[in-house]
Amino acid sequence: MRFIFKTDYDQDIRIFKHGGQVFWYGLLLAFLVAAPWLVEEYWLAQITFVLIYGVVGLGLMVLAGFTGLFSMGHAAFLGVGAYTEAVLAAKGWPFPISLAVAAGLSATVGAVVGLPALRVKGIYLGIATLSFGFIVEEGLARWESVTGGNAGMHVKAANLFGLDTSSNEGFYGVCLVVTVLSTLAVINLLRSSTGRAFVAIRDSEISAQSMGIHLARYKTLSFMISAALAGVGGALYAHKLQFISPDQFNILQSVDLLLLVVIGGLGSVHGAFLGAIFLITTPQLISLGKDYLPAFIGQAPGLQGLVYGLVLIAFVMFEPMGLYGRWLKIRTWLQLFPFYRKGMFKRQKSFQKSDRLK
Amino acid sequence: MQELQVIFSGIAQGCIYGLIALGFVLIYKATETVSFAQGELMMLGAFSGLACVSWLGLPYWLSIPAAMLAMALLGWMTERVVIRPVLGQPAFSIVMLTIGIGYVARGLITMIPDIGTETLAFPVPYKDTVFNVGGVVLGATQVVVVLATAALSLLLYLVFRYSRVGIAMQAASQNQLAAYYMGIPVKRLNGMVWALAAAVAAVAGLLLAPITFVHANMGFIGLKAFPAAVVGGFGSLPGAIVGGVIIGVVEALAGFWLPEGFKDIAAYIVVLLMLVLKPNGLFGEKLRKKV
Repeated sequence: MRFIFKTDYDQDIRIFKHGGQVFWYGLLLAFLVAAPWLVEEYWLAQITFVLIYGVVGLGLMVLAGFTGLFSMGHAAFLGVGAYTEAVLAAKGWPFPISLAVAAGLSATVGAVVGLPALRVKGIYLGIATLSFGFIVEEGLARWESVTGGNAGMHVKAANLFGLDTSSNEGFYGVCLVVTVLSTLAVINLLRSSTGRAFVAIRDSEISAQSMGIHLARYKTLSFMISAALAGVGGALYAHKLQFISPDQFNILQSVDLLLLVVIGGLGSVHGAFLGAIFLITTPQLISLGKDYLPAFIGQAPGLQGLVYGLVLIAFVMFEPMGLYGRWLKIRTWLQLFPFYRKGMFKRQKSFQKSDRLK
Repeated sequence: MQELQVIFSGIAQGCIYGLIALGFVLIYKATETVSFAQGELMMLGAFSGLACVSWLGLPYWLSIPAAMLAMALLGWMTERVVIRPVLGQPAFSIVMLTIGIGYVARGLITMIPDIGTETLAFPVPYKDTVFNVGGVVLGATQVVVVLATAALSLLLYLVFRYSRVGIAMQAASQNQLAAYYMGIPVKRLNGMVWALAAAVAAVAGLLLAPITFVHANMGFIGLKAFPAAVVGGFGSLPGAIVGGVIIGVVEALAGFWLPEGFKDIAAYIVVLLMLVLKPNGLFGEKLRKKV
């Protein structure tokens, strides 16, 4: 059991709470940096996808996990970022600039979507973002002069001042740098007053408002940050796949992203990455397990949807804090061994809170 | 004349949206959760109707109540097994749960060998009948949709207005706690509401099946029922049907007048406008949380 003695106010907002964290995250970073030499090409590509989805997941986590606003059309921002990057890369813009433009454009779109968010709440917001997602998808499919329509478009390799980014390893490096930077940015944001305002809005809008938090400003800001991160993720996604078409940014992608944050664990930065790992590895695990199942189950095309659905149901019912919540329990068990009590993480039974007029 | 034709087919399509939206609204009113599985319930309803007709060899008119009964049972079980344990959790968890239910339903249907991945025709006795009313050609399948929706709405109105169960449901949806204190078995009612919503979804599926086809992805039409529910006002039963018809007609006219592509997103543009202009919908009550 580790006891942290606080001798300084800065300790409350320090990124690393104690030496153990420095060690373990340092080890993780060292592994990720060394990964191109350590793991096979195939797995390196999978790690790249985890990093990309991790960035997008971070964005949705800021919005859904920390501000409590749910976007059911987040794939639209991903699409805006991906198409911006694809168009700019074709024009030969340097990668950092086109990435920034992709993020900026996504953020602008996010601000526009955030506007109805100021008036509507809960499920209405979900439907507004869902509708928006459909409109963007259709727009991408119809604006053929720029996006190539349903036929999709090819994406040129990122132009990074002459560095080779077309190889697997090279692009992995780019993704790693972008991911680490965005993660640090999000962590920094969340420990600042802005992040605390987000959490306050999530926990109770009314009390946040009475504490002097400008709801409209912070909600729009949250939408913009979230959309910008999705745009960054989308830009990386476009380069990784080298081919994008509108149906990659449809409702199923949006639901996958929601799946990512819910299974990862709402309200934790770790959750975004754990969820990304889940989202990327599950299809692999299913295809590995297929051979051991009877043919009429293993070869059926609906298996993946079934597994996703069952896992999602199981998480919502038994582990609402997601994979990160499960890890917290395991960690506490290890730290307290053998004194862990069953009721330590008991969910509080809450009365059904009603938004309706009483 | 051509416009009338388009409007009528829009109304028929809108009735389907309205019926699915009715399911949302029923569940929303009773448990304040939004079920994203409603479209999948409709798909399951169509498949169970098909199973009754094709494999059990039941006559068409008997297979409708059979499918409704089967779906009602399924809805009731869903509520009992998955929804009830998580009630009181944040609304979003339950939305994700229903998305999970939708995934499972779609996955299971797709996994049925030989059938799941096929597009199947639904045999109905009135399939090719056509009425000609003053130059407007009305397909019997569409006329049946409109008539059945009207009949079902009337039936639901009577149930909610006059029956004991209906009045209890209204009470529970207005204030659960107070209804509980009055001795209304709210939990059992919630199960019944899910059963009712699933049965309504089954009707929608059976009505839609002859118009389109029966396949595992037909549940995605449920996503168009959300705009219907919002336009009508999320908590209003007549609003759901009216909203559905509005969405259906707008969509049909957009397909007729506007360039290609607008048909698919017309419903969403309407709902965004609605949310900006009148977030509570046409028949919704104004809500404001008191501190």
